Amino acid sequence: MLDAIGAESLESLFSHLPEDVRLARPLNIAAGKSEYEIVDYFRARGGETANGYASFLGAGVYSHYRPVMVDTVVSRGEFLTSYTPYQAEISQGILTTIFEFQTMICQLTGMDVANASMYDGSTAVPEAAMMAARVTGRDRVLVSRAVHPEYREVLATYASRQGMPVEEIAYDAATGSVDLEDLERKLDTKTAAVIIQSPNFFGAVENVKKAAALAHAKGALLVYVFAEAVSLGLLEPPRDADIVVGELQSFAITPSYGGPFAGIIAAKEKFLRQMPGRLVGESKDVNGNRAFCLTLSTREQHIRREKATSNICTNQALVALMATVFMSVYGKQGLRELAQQNLSKAHYLASKLPVRFSGPFFNEFVVKPGRRTPAEVNGELLGKKIIGGLDLERFYPELKGSVLVCCTEMVTRSQMDEVARAFGAGE
Amino acid sequence: MVKKVRSHITQNEPLLFERSSPGKKGYQLPDLDVPTVSAEEALGADNTRAEIEDFPEVSEVDVIRHFTRLSTWNYAIDLGCYPLGSCTMKYNPRVNELVARTEGLAWAHPYQPESLAQGAMEVMAALEAALAEITGMDAVTLQPAAGAHGEYTGLLLTRALLESRGNPRKKILAPDSAHGTNPATATMAGYAVENIKSNDRGVISPETLAAAVNEDVAALMVTNPNTLGVFEEEIRKIADIMHSKGCMVYMDGANMNALVGIARPGDFGVDVMHLNLHKTFSTPHGGGGPGAGAVAVRSHLEPFLPGPRLKRVGEAWSWNYDLPQSIGRVRAFYGNFGVLVRALAYIMAHGGPGLRLATMDAVLNANYVRKLLEPYYEIAYKAPSMHECVFSDDRQAAKGVRTGDIAKRMIDYGFHPYTVSFPLIVHGALMIEPTETEGKAELDQMAEALIAIADEVEKDPQMVLKAPHTTRTGRVDEVGAARKPVLRWKRS
Repeated sequence: MLDAIGAESLESLFSHLPEDVRLARPLNIAAGKSEYEIVDYFRARGGETANGYASFLGAGVYSHYRPVMVDTVVSRGEFLTSYTPYQAEISQGILTTIFEFQTMICQLTGMDVANASMYDGSTAVPEAAMMAARVTGRDRVLVSRAVHPEYREVLATYASRQGMPVEEIAYDAATGSVDLEDLERKLDTKTAAVIIQSPNFFGAVENVKKAAALAHAKGALLVYVFAEAVSLGLLEPPRDADIVVGELQSFAITPSYGGPFAGIIAAKEKFLRQMPGRLVGESKDVNGNRAFCLTLSTREQHIRREKATSNICTNQALVALMATVFMSVYGKQGLRELAQQNLSKAHYLASKLPVRFSGPFFNEFVVKPGRRTPAEVNGELLGKKIIGGLDLERFYPELKGSVLVCCTEMVTRSQMDEVARAFGAGE
Repeated sequence: MVKKVRSHITQNEPLLFERSSPGKKGYQLPDLDVPTVSAEEALGADNTRAEIEDFPEVSEVDVIRHFTRLSTWNYAIDLGCYPLGSCTMKYNPRVNELVARTEGLAWAHPYQPESLAQGAMEVMAALEAALAEITGMDAVTLQPAAGAHGEYTGLLLTRALLESRGNPRKKILAPDSAHGTNPATATMAGYAVENIKSNDRGVISPETLAAAVNEDVAALMVTNPNTLGVFEEEIRKIADIMHSKGCMVYMDGANMNALVGIARPGDFGVDVMHLNLHKTFSTPHGGGGPGAGAVAVRSHLEPFLPGPRLKRVGEAWSWNYDLPQSIGRVRAFYGNFGVLVRALAYIMAHGGPGLRLATMDAVLNANYVRKLLEPYYEIAYKAPSMHECVFSDDRQAAKGVRTGDIAKRMIDYGFHPYTVSFPLIVHGALMIEPTETEGKAELDQMAEALIAIADEVEKDPQMVLKAPHTTRTGRVDEVGAARKPVLRWKRS
């Protein structure tokens, strides 16, 4: 090959790089390792974690069972090693699955249109806020303090560089739900978006209808956020919202120390032209057969450049495919039954503990401060190979001593009884 | 002619919703070991849905057949050369898939105690160190989820540093050959964009740049090698011009696979850059994602990095949230960890010498393909190629055949097309990046296909204009799709 090119050596291919630009020494990275050594290294690292522990942590990342079918499908090289489907004729496989994904997200959320995925739930929130600003021509954002604290941090990062003022709405100290009076007080005709999460960070289910009515009365859009997608198996879809964003990690995506996950953004049809991200649409090929292709790309960066609706390019396609397979395996009955099991487990454990908030909850709830500190409770549980709930003081200093506990279908009754005992139930 | 393809059976397959029939299921949950709670009572009747209308109801066999059949309608690296310029479609080693699924790593919760997350944190620390060495930079954040997200992070860092010096400034400069994400990112970061015209060699000329730089400019976004696959030879002078006016140099690292082990941005004046771990470090593209967009900075930008940051405390890793100058979070948790695991595995498998060899092979392959095709296609710029080469369709356009048509005809020969009509500064661009993982035989076949197409354009342009001829799906009406968008299935 060098002869064909007329080059003397591999090194000579770089001879046009100025001498003072070239690295004069080898990289200080150890020589290549064998496959066995690599597997061994990562097994060892995996051993330095909570391997084999039961977990009562939720707070935006949930431990749900992953059907074997999920990895079976996403391990197929045709999906795993393909690029963004710009060449529709040889990408009908992934295009069809994305079309099915968009459809199922609409069915779950009650929205008209959904895109092909966002990075995660947290980054989908500012994208929704910016979308609402484009739709309304306003810039102010109200966000519930019961939205995931890290989602709010990401929103703050994005909004400040867009010159969008963000203000927080209090939560009701009794119910743990968004304080609708505070929302009404703070809403004005400059408000582009009201952002609420349901179930919220405390696990409480929000009154979407009322929040939407308040927002709409001032001409603002309601953005509904979900972090626990399994809740949609039982919860009424947020049809009164204008934009729905969420995190699909619960749909067969491993916690993986925080990523990769898959975010979604869905909306009412009239807001379609302001949506960020890729969309797959149905069309026909020259032979008149049904065919799918990427569409409405005049919203996107590779066409519109600085005027695009977002800079997003790479998304989370393969992770979205995991969620698609998960939704197919569980289906209409299964997602409901799964949600029902989560609800029942959480309510079983809650019935043994002092619950901090009175609002309805799905699979997460807050335990009131007790005689033992969260550190003492969780320390005892670790000895039993159980990771306890989240100490809320970290994000809510006013809730010092309170613990956010999550029960998915993966925890057993006996593990829940252990948790109840550690909190001092029955003493 | 090209012996890569012949026809075979492909299965038809309806949408899942069309396969669905009431009562079918493909799952089995364990018996509930606690009393069943009524959803209406626990959540309130208003909050509870009756059903998920039209959600699929299919069996396990339905699911496997459905997705397996659909998969066979896709082209993939595993099927052959995928020479998409700028996208770096190299082989994705399967051991990386295995190790990313290691139980203790894949099931690690981001809020589990640090004492029970040391293995995951060690993986991140090891990757940060390797990427700092490869780029010659001082610090790395692994938080950004993709390349464009990394660009965004990098511009926020620039803004924060300039703000701390008293003036965030107003503009970002970018050459006219830049990726679309660059200007889109600048807008999101609150900056206006000014295009810098490339010179007749396809690179930035220091004189043009010097004339555009003033106290309003925050940074230059430069891709190096640029999107023509040409190394910006004046990069040191370019950096000096920017620095002399107090501006930052941002490098889009999409093409870093042309430099690993050969040259380091930190050594040639770059202040901040991102790396696409799904390009240079071979994590799978998965039909469009996930990626990871690590950002590397020189020390003057380090205090502004998003938090939390890894910190060594005694013998253990800890997350440091006490970062008063940080730009804040750009996403929840710590980054696309599963992608980071794969990237580290790739670096470990290659080692320092192997990474350098991979770079040299990538450049060798691009130059080899260029040499084979130069007699048949117009090379856009004569400058030496690095990891990719860009042709224009000038000769074929005379016969009414454009780059998009040639691309569709490539499909008939069993190849994924090159990148079509990018960069924008080349009229009718064919942007070819073979990557280092293609052997000579596959490259010869690919070149043979493109040479055959050049001949077909001369003899039978109409046939090329109607390509592809052999796929189960013919050319798709994309205009129709956009005019009347159908974005979801509905029961008819």
